[in-house]
Amino acid sequence: MSFEVEVEKQLGHQRVAARFATDAGITALFGRSGAGKTSILNMIAGLLRPDRGRILVNGDLLFGENVDLRPEQRHAGYVFQEDRLFPHYRVAGNLTYGRRAQDGDADWMSFDAVVQFLGLAGLLDRWPQSLSGGEARRVAIGRALLSAPRFLLMDEPLTSLDAPRREEIMLVIERIRDELKLPILYVSHDRLEVDRLASSVVPLD
Amino acid sequence: MSLSAEEWQIIALSLKVSVVAVLLTLPPSFLLAWLLSRGRFRGKLLLDALVHLPLVLPPVVTGWFLLLAFGRTGPIGAWTERWLGLVFMFRWTGAALAAAVMALPLMVRAIRLSLDAIDRRLEGAARTLGAGRGRVFRTITLPLSLPGLLAAMVLGFARSLGEFGATITFVSNIPGETRTLPLAIYTSLQIPGAESTVARLSLIAVALSFIALIAAELIVRRSSAGRGGHVI
Repeated sequence: MSFEVEVEKQLGHQRVAARFATDAGITALFGRSGAGKTSILNMIAGLLRPDRGRILVNGDLLFGENVDLRPEQRHAGYVFQEDRLFPHYRVAGNLTYGRRAQDGDADWMSFDAVVQFLGLAGLLDRWPQSLSGGEARRVAIGRALLSAPRFLLMDEPLTSLDAPRREEIMLVIERIRDELKLPILYVSHDRLEVDRLASSVVPLD
Repeated sequence: MSLSAEEWQIIALSLKVSVVAVLLTLPPSFLLAWLLSRGRFRGKLLLDALVHLPLVLPPVVTGWFLLLAFGRTGPIGAWTERWLGLVFMFRWTGAALAAAVMALPLMVRAIRLSLDAIDRRLEGAARTLGAGRGRVFRTITLPLSLPGLLAAMVLGFARSLGEFGATITFVSNIPGETRTLPLAIYTSLQIPGAESTVARLSLIAVALSFIALIAAELIVRRSSAGRGGHVI
């Protein structure tokens, strides 16, 4: 099992609840806007505390049974919808911010490998504000990958991109799925996207 | 325009008092700004009002409170003299304390605004990348509030340089010890025929304030190269 999630959270008037267990590959959390998809990713990342429930990823208990790991202990690679690049670091600084593995560590991709994988070589000295939407998204994905995550959370990674950029990012996500074999939880409200990428779909209402 | 030794002494004393006041106020200002920006506790409104009190009170009242608390027989003044050998009454240290208290509300406001303006989702992102609370503070929160900190220091410095009412009430107007620039200008105004001294000292006050503002703007521009930050 990649993700085993059973959570409940009352947010104002809205009750967010989800229950699913998934296998390897990409799992899509699919539903209309405002169904609480982002809240569920935040609960798995440790940024939002569920009222009750249990969260396991790759068999590790992240939350539940009196366990509540801090976000920095969960080893999530979170690609946010609005990128959240640090405005006071250049691209290179953003990429290395979460780097856990040292260069030469055989367990994970090196800085150079990630830069090549995502085609970031020409961007390293730039400030985040100067990046286009597609470039910023690639940097955000690279930053998540360099933190040596045990799983990826992707929140609508194709929104606000034009068609060629969407295709480019989709190819990247497919390569992460096939070459890095990371379990990915993927939030989307786009049926076509989900059909192409996901191996299982969790509908949310 | 050449300055007399006495005038140089006044400038040096004013700068010393203002720099010490700003450095003294910076850590508590940051702490208070943090509490007011991020804290959720009972009595927050009360703390907010208390911090702003020196801004709205007549400075002479603030000076009198300082006299009561930090005078040689006051509860805090007696304690600092006994245990730290630190006397405020009629000393430049008292002038710095008065300036610090008067600068506090302005500095807290400036820092609080910059803390409020930080996108807290960036702090969440940093934590998912493996940074603990301490590292998030050092690498995200503090650098992003830097323009606010610098603005606070400039405001505090300018406010300290101009401090008059609380200072003269608390530590009097002693040449070489507590006679800062505004007090010296006031003294000269009392002396018939000293208009040229008043003009010179006033020009110096304008120049010092102007230099402080320009310097701060340059520092902020450099620290936020390409990112667009401003003090003024």
